Amino acid sequence: MPQIFTASADTRLRAGMLLLVLAVLGAGLFIGGYMDSSYATLVGWTRSQPVPFSHQHHVGGLGIDCRYCHTGVETSAEAGLPPTHVCMTCHSQIWTGAPMLAPVRASLATGKPLHWNRVARVPDYVYFNHSIHVARGVPCVTCHGRVDKMPLMRRAHPFQMGWCLDCHRDPGPHLRPPDQVTRMDWSDWDEHPQDHKLYGELMVKAYGIEPSKLDDCNVCHR
Amino acid sequence: MSDVAGPSRDRFAAVTEEVTSIPLRYPEPRGWWILFAFALLLLMVFVVSAGALLRYGVGMWGNNIPVNWGLAISNYIWFLGIGHAGTLISAMLLLLGAHWRNALNRFAEAMTLFAVVCAGLYPILHLGRPWLFYWMAPYPSTMTVWPQFKSPLTWDFFAVLTYLTVSVLFWYIGIVPDLAATRDRARTRRQQVFYGLAALGWRGSARHWARWGQAYRLTAAIAVPLVVSVHSEISLLFAAGPIPGWSSTVFPPYFVLGAAFSGFAVVAMIAVVLRHALGLQDLVRERHLDLLGIFLLATGLMTAYGYWAEVFDVLYAGEKQELGTLQDRLVGAYAWSYWGAVVANFVPLQLLWFRSIRVRPLPLFLIALSVTIGMWLERYMLLVTSLYRDWLVSSWAEYHASVWEWGLFAGMLGVFLAPFLLFVRFLPVISSFEIKEVMAEDEEERHA
Repeated sequence: MPQIFTASADTRLRAGMLLLVLAVLGAGLFIGGYMDSSYATLVGWTRSQPVPFSHQHHVGGLGIDCRYCHTGVETSAEAGLPPTHVCMTCHSQIWTGAPMLAPVRASLATGKPLHWNRVARVPDYVYFNHSIHVARGVPCVTCHGRVDKMPLMRRAHPFQMGWCLDCHRDPGPHLRPPDQVTRMDWSDWDEHPQDHKLYGELMVKAYGIEPSKLDDCNVCHR
Repeated sequence: MSDVAGPSRDRFAAVTEEVTSIPLRYPEPRGWWILFAFALLLLMVFVVSAGALLRYGVGMWGNNIPVNWGLAISNYIWFLGIGHAGTLISAMLLLLGAHWRNALNRFAEAMTLFAVVCAGLYPILHLGRPWLFYWMAPYPSTMTVWPQFKSPLTWDFFAVLTYLTVSVLFWYIGIVPDLAATRDRARTRRQQVFYGLAALGWRGSARHWARWGQAYRLTAAIAVPLVVSVHSEISLLFAAGPIPGWSSTVFPPYFVLGAAFSGFAVVAMIAVVLRHALGLQDLVRERHLDLLGIFLLATGLMTAYGYWAEVFDVLYAGEKQELGTLQDRLVGAYAWSYWGAVVANFVPLQLLWFRSIRVRPLPLFLIALSVTIGMWLERYMLLVTSLYRDWLVSSWAEYHASVWEWGLFAGMLGVFLAPFLLFVRFLPVISSFEIKEVMAEDEEERHA
């Protein structure tokens, strides 16, 4: 009877199995890497918008407060995007003929709101409320990054659950006095980190925040 | 075995020939094709039912508060219970040195394997979002939350996964020498390559056998405690909750024994069918049917003790809610499931006291079928009668499985049958080398 397999068959079978194991491990590593990659989390990717609005210019350059446009941030779940009229408080006076702003003028004329593309988005099964975060002193910059340095809006942090929980499990060090919440470049405590820590601990106590309960499922998934 | 005489050698060769000729030259292809077509039909029912479930969600099913488990979980326990007999027969009897197991272990292990697959699918399909089932695994996820280790769902995940892994390993290690024997007798190139690859280069050298023996016994030693721990875990899904009719310390042994009972019943059915269909009467002998009958009777009586202990527990404790549940079971809306289980499990079983019944294939098959149905009714009864009358009277509601649940159940039988039939058709269903080992040992004893 002739041989079914060649002499190297065992070696090839073993090599094949080794490759299979490596492929499984490699796939695991690849998926893990993909999930944290900016391709999946969209960190740093700008989205195209009807008007190339520059936060760098309006916030960093002109010093307009966040709440001037995002009016709901202190009182409701949604921070809200400004109606065209808010743009027109200034742009009915300046840059009135700029071609870049043509869609804004068209929106005012037709009454059809501008359709902005959302950058900071959480899934629909996440209940997120801006007002409580702002009221307790979580600054805008913590989630949205230094928007005063972004010519075009992009996501500054991966909006992953682990990232939310990092803060929910230890909120103290992230809190600021509420009147400094919208300041992008607030640095009073940079030289005195001890003060920040102390403030955080005091506020967690004062507000009755219980970090042990802040990572319950139904805090965010209702 | 070197000094075995000529005629014995022929007898050994005959055993190998008988076992390996089944996959190589299947004796009854027509009957097999009819059965396989039926299994594929059931498999299609599975695809449709599972597809509808994935598309439209668990609202397709009849379970809702208060009976939020329903057929999915009772079938899960039923399938997993059936699976345990394979491991018991193979691993426990291997370690105990009971040689008669050798005619039964291979197909019992295959039964275990496919039953565990069916069982494992149920809790996954039962999730609201089945495609996220891997969340139950502790892996470094971007959510930075661990699985809820206090949840029975997580216990299920580990129990089934562990059991499946060990079952696959044990079954495959056991089948390797026979795959090699099939390879050596294969005539066509395709068969030679298929069995050759599957046999992993087995040449039957002394070193191969020594290592194989170590691996096989080691896996058996891991598998046996798993039977007890896995089904105890399943029983704790019930017993750990504050539900009247569930919260009882008798549950773990009651479930393990019930599992063995239902499993032996299915092994007996498969043994009867296979020996008849494949003409294996000289390997699966009357003695094996007799022993299966004895095991069935023994585990059945132990399960009956569980029934009695449950009732005694309730009466002795005298808790109002528990008494209410007992009453619901005996005379409530689902009394048919209780009495159905009692009758189907234990009444025909009494015939097994007689050897003349035990060695006859048809009566044994029918009794085993009755037990299989009875144990299914028992799981249904345990689940529904405890839940449908909740602590809150306002939430009392009856449970009726929807057509999609029955469809999934029928389909799941296809998930079991189709791969099992492929196993019967293409792999050695009986462990020929272990039978030869026993023959050789008997011979040596006779010479000595």
